[in-house]
Amino acid sequence: MFHIYCPYCAEYREEEEFHPKGQAHIARPADPTASSDDAWGDYLFFRDNPRGVHHELWVHAVGCRKFFNITRDTRSYAILETYRMGEQPGVTAESVTLAERDSERKTSDTATMQGVPS
Amino acid sequence: MPRFAYFDPHPARAVTTQSPLHQFAATASGGESSVVLRENAFLDHLILRGESEVLIASVQAVLGLALPTEPQRLVMGEAGSLQWLSPDEWLLIVAAGEGFRLQRELREALGSAHFSIVDVSGGQTLLELDGACAVDVLMKSTAYDVDPRAFPVGRGVTSVFAKATAVIRRVDEQRWELVIRRSFADYCLRWLLDAGEEYGIDYRPAELGATISRAAVVDTETMS
Amino acid sequence: MSASQPCRLASNSGVGSQIDRDKPLQFTFNGQTYQGFAGDTLASALLANGVDVVNRSFKYSRPRGVVAAGAEEPNAIVQLGASEAAQVPNVRATQQSLYDGLTARSTNGWPDAQRDMMGLVGKLGGPFMPVGFYYKTFKAPASMWLTYEKYIRKAAGLGRAPTESDPDIYDHINRHCEVLVIGSGPAGLMSALVAAGSGVRVILCDEQPTFGGSLLDSGETIDGMAASEWARNAVERLAAMDNVTLLPRTTANGYFDHNFVTLHERCTEHLGDTAPRVDGRRQPRSRLHRVRARHVVLASGAHERPLVYAGNDMPGNLVAGALSTYIRRYAVRPGRRLVLSTTNDHAYRAALDWHEAGGEVIAIADARANPDGELVDRAKAAGIRIMAGSAVIEATGDRKGHRVNGARIGAIDIEGFRVSGEVETLSCDTVATSGGYSPVVHLAAHTGVRPVWRDDILGFVPGQTTSKVDGFSVVGAAAGLYPTGALLEDAVAQVVRALESDGIDVESGKVPDIDTLREGAAVALYQIPHDRPTMRAPKQFVDLQNDVTAAAIELATREGFESIEHVKRYTAMGFGTDQGKLGNINGMAIAARCLGQTIPQTGTTVFRPNYTPVNFGAIVGRHCQALFDPERYTAMHHWHVEHGAMFEDVGQWKRPWYYPQKRRDSANGEFESMHEAVVRECRAVREKVGVLDASTLGKIDIQGPDAREFLGRIYTNGWEKLAVGKARYGLMCKDDGMVMDDGVTTCLADNHFLMTTTTGGAVAILEWLEIWHQTEWPELEVYFTSVTDHWATMTLTGPEARNLLAELTDIDLDRDSFKFMEWREGAVAGVPARVYRISFTGELSFEVNVQANYAMQVWEALFAHGEKYGLTPYGTETMHVLRAEKGFIIVGQDTDGSMTPEDLGMHWCVGYNKPYPWIGKRALTRSDTRREDRKQLVGLKPLDAGVVLEEGAQIVLDPRQAIPMRMVGHVTSSYYSPTLEHGFALAVVKGGHKRLGEKVYLPMPDGVTHVAEVVSSIFYDPKGQRQNI
Repeated sequence: MFHIYCPYCAEYREEEEFHPKGQAHIARPADPTASSDDAWGDYLFFRDNPRGVHHELWVHAVGCRKFFNITRDTRSYAILETYRMGEQPGVTAESVTLAERDSERKTSDTATMQGVPS
Repeated sequence: MPRFAYFDPHPARAVTTQSPLHQFAATASGGESSVVLRENAFLDHLILRGESEVLIASVQAVLGLALPTEPQRLVMGEAGSLQWLSPDEWLLIVAAGEGFRLQRELREALGSAHFSIVDVSGGQTLLELDGACAVDVLMKSTAYDVDPRAFPVGRGVTSVFAKATAVIRRVDEQRWELVIRRSFADYCLRWLLDAGEEYGIDYRPAELGATISRAAVVDTETMS
Repeated sequence: MSASQPCRLASNSGVGSQIDRDKPLQFTFNGQTYQGFAGDTLASALLANGVDVVNRSFKYSRPRGVVAAGAEEPNAIVQLGASEAAQVPNVRATQQSLYDGLTARSTNGWPDAQRDMMGLVGKLGGPFMPVGFYYKTFKAPASMWLTYEKYIRKAAGLGRAPTESDPDIYDHINRHCEVLVIGSGPAGLMSALVAAGSGVRVILCDEQPTFGGSLLDSGETIDGMAASEWARNAVERLAAMDNVTLLPRTTANGYFDHNFVTLHERCTEHLGDTAPRVDGRRQPRSRLHRVRARHVVLASGAHERPLVYAGNDMPGNLVAGALSTYIRRYAVRPGRRLVLSTTNDHAYRAALDWHEAGGEVIAIADARANPDGELVDRAKAAGIRIMAGSAVIEATGDRKGHRVNGARIGAIDIEGFRVSGEVETLSCDTVATSGGYSPVVHLAAHTGVRPVWRDDILGFVPGQTTSKVDGFSVVGAAAGLYPTGALLEDAVAQVVRALESDGIDVESGKVPDIDTLREGAAVALYQIPHDRPTMRAPKQFVDLQNDVTAAAIELATREGFESIEHVKRYTAMGFGTDQGKLGNINGMAIAARCLGQTIPQTGTTVFRPNYTPVNFGAIVGRHCQALFDPERYTAMHHWHVEHGAMFEDVGQWKRPWYYPQKRRDSANGEFESMHEAVVRECRAVREKVGVLDASTLGKIDIQGPDAREFLGRIYTNGWEKLAVGKARYGLMCKDDGMVMDDGVTTCLADNHFLMTTTTGGAVAILEWLEIWHQTEWPELEVYFTSVTDHWATMTLTGPEARNLLAELTDIDLDRDSFKFMEWREGAVAGVPARVYRISFTGELSFEVNVQANYAMQVWEALFAHGEKYGLTPYGTETMHVLRAEKGFIIVGQDTDGSMTPEDLGMHWCVGYNKPYPWIGKRALTRSDTRREDRKQLVGLKPLDAGVVLEEGAQIVLDPRQAIPMRMVGHVTSSYYSPTLEHGFALAVVKGGHKRLGEKVYLPMPDGVTHVAEVVSSIFYDPKGQRQNI
């Protein structure tokens, strides 16, 4: 159960109020008739599935009914930021990789356990 | 050409009028009840949409209410109550039969601006909840933080309510209001009575025979 | 029978803080009646009564006794409940409070655990049931598994579900707090005190009925008070603060994303089989708290790890700390003569408590060569024999294995994993062991934080990851911090840091004074070597509940299982209701030894919710029976009920399906069948007039200067010329070109439209409009508002519709002034209405819309005037027949997300020349959507007029071809038409539009093959004259 900060309601709300709507920043080609079958197919069906930072479109369905974006780490499910439609993300895969590299240097090596679903 | 269609839904003469919860009789918990539930039916509910800069002056002029621009804010005044629903959406609840007149006055005041006013009175009803355990019943029903320490008087939110949705408002220290949709009203009331059983809950239905006839304006012409 | 409680210590013993000797309680276990006291757990009461055998083991059916005192108990698993309806399976006796009349049975064992018949099978089968027995023996032939399974399940058994419905109610509640403290031992209490002092909202939960955790068993002194008294004081202070919620008998079972924790509170399970009523009102049996916390402080403590040795499963073998718990809290000393085997100082407390409680401590076998610490000194001072460098290598028992009668103690070489010296046999009735402590890391693991092994404390602790959970602290024993003074100090520091990070001022106050004991270092020991090799030694159990032995793990590694997750699955270690709380670390250590690895190299398995089993009632809460799912009603719902309607579920809506009437020809008042009712309703509409409650259709009010432009982009057809007063049918596609919804939209004014959607599509279509407006076309000035519930809609349809409506309205209904696909406004039965002249049946139709509160006024008036016209209410089934006769599609029934408007033969509804590239347009020119052999909508007319094809039936062109046949389509809608007097269907057929007149075949599973002719999908009134009368 995510706890999601709605940038329009300006507070955290429970996940059950929201619907996920897939990858964010997928723009419809301005002139669909000019796009090739392949390009149109990419727009319709093909989405990223990164391990790590991902930008997603959500809607505050039971609430203000506004669409907005979430930057989420698909490894930890941590929500790194939410931002309104039309805005650009402040956190990206590149910025997080840099930050992790920094913090890893500071963390001493401890044995961590393998994890297989039980 | 007319830009918007006006429609006064209320009949000129009294007719059979049924609230969404008309089939529920009063219940008494028997012992000391610590939750009391009332239906406050047949009020006029309007949805106002527009940019706040567009609406604010006309709302003040026509309703005498300051359009709440902060999220989750509910303001109350003589004309009724006005609640923020989203950055461009508000819920106005006024006395039975007042909605059409106010809608017309608002439209006139707003002129050619881009906005929308929609009558939703038939689609929802209002429940009042008070008593020592009212908050406990709400906590069983919604995941929104309704702890009085976190939910001050004058706050109103739309959230999940059991498996339906509701607008939840705190109108004074003791009293809460739920705005629920007509089609879900039966489910919501049964849920509330069940959730409140542990504490003792009384239900008081809407006044029977309350009828609303048309306010002064009778014509239904469209206006440009 | 036995009310003497032979193992209960006398009232002057000064122990028994949890029991009330003035409140004796009767209970029944395996048919025998016993007495216990209020405050007892079922386990403490059984031990007080000297009940050794509480269960039989899962696989070998060996007698088992209580081994622990908390959630980790693997053996004392009982079936609770005196009546069938009150049955609760798999209750841990160590966590079940005693109540008067409690009735419990052993989960395993027939006829009971004491005189077990299955044991015979177990003893015979035992030697022949190695690890992986089931996989190896029953794997082939696969078809026989169902036969084997019946017997194996009966033999195995882990409780049973009740066959009657549960009389109790269950509850959910949502809570929010700044600090949730899980566990009320020293670290938990201290954390709660500090957090509560800052004024923020604090929830403190503990699975025990009494807060205090290990302080309740401790002999320590805190701030000059006995530890248990300090705990009681702390709880009193917390209870007095209104920002603190105390939840005893409440287990934190799941820790989910973003500090969402589920707490399972057993509200009335300690009071009786069913919850008592208060003032006649039902109370919940248990309650699930759904907590969203800003900070979670995990103070879940540690479980003591037993050692693994031969005969360690017999009644009389316990973990050391459990002895202190039973003695100090319940005044129960479950035996007379104790042998303790330990790797650490801490376990000496158990021997000292036993000694002080008048028991005899025969010896303490300490695996360390030179035990040295204050507790060791105290034991020596008490005259207890300490055998250094040794361990209990085997517990021996009586003939039936019902109770320990001796311990074989040998000098051991831990490094060499061998018995290195003389083995001495001592007579005793109780063997207690301690291999150290395993921090309870389960909840931390739920968040995805991997446990990390620490050699200094010989246990896994919650690890840190680069993406660790925000607002999460682990304190006390759960973090591997055991000395009370140090853990109190650490808890204070962590809570202060957490709150200060949120800008909350908090006073840490004074950390309580406590004497710290000088302790010797512990030694790492898990499985104790035996004088015979593991594979040939008497069984050394690792997982008591699943009968997994050290030999089984060794065998698994020899057979090539190297990943601990594979070993777990192969041996079933940790699969029981206890989820390996006692055994898993020992199992990993044994696997590591066999594989020549370290424990960190071997790793641990992953823990997932729930921490302890949760009953279904608590999960369901009040979302059951009449509240299982919302039922949505229209304003006319109660009229439908009163008039005998049968209902169809459409989404959450209850829609009248058909209205069966009493048969005219029947003397005893039988009702029509569905077929008869539908035939009657269809004829009424085609010949006279019918009325349908159409209120469930989705309705969206659309306003703004760009409303018309928006409609043109979202619908496939054109809207630029639709005049005020007119309505138009519209089709919506997704951008892949597939039909997603349809409906009629009317122009109310130039900037004002009312869209209708399918009943099921209402919510999704509003969201669809919003997503395009908010994400792609925010520049368009338009607003959408749902008015589905505001309007009640009554469809009056049939040749008499005009005559009937004319009696009730001031609207001019003349066919030339109020044309088809127009709307008018006026009063109907005195109620302001919008009337639409649109038709879904093909007949003359008027759809009357009024504000829902006035719906019954109009509905009743229609019937008051309708009798002379033959007005008949009809339901969705008749609506389906009538629309299908006209070839009108239902989105979701005749379409499945793969049909384009062209596939449906609806080219007339596609605006090929609209200037804006509307949603779905581009897809219509993709090569796939241009294929000529796409499945296309056609009508099917069975050659046999009496046949009604099955919906979903597959269509083939050649019925004589070999199976599997080549399927070219399927039936989407099929009915009997009373008007045409034959069956008919809509279907999708490859290249169907060019197959009109051809015959197709529908082979059915019963061997019959139906033959049908491909025809136009419009069966009735193809010119549409009837709606224009």
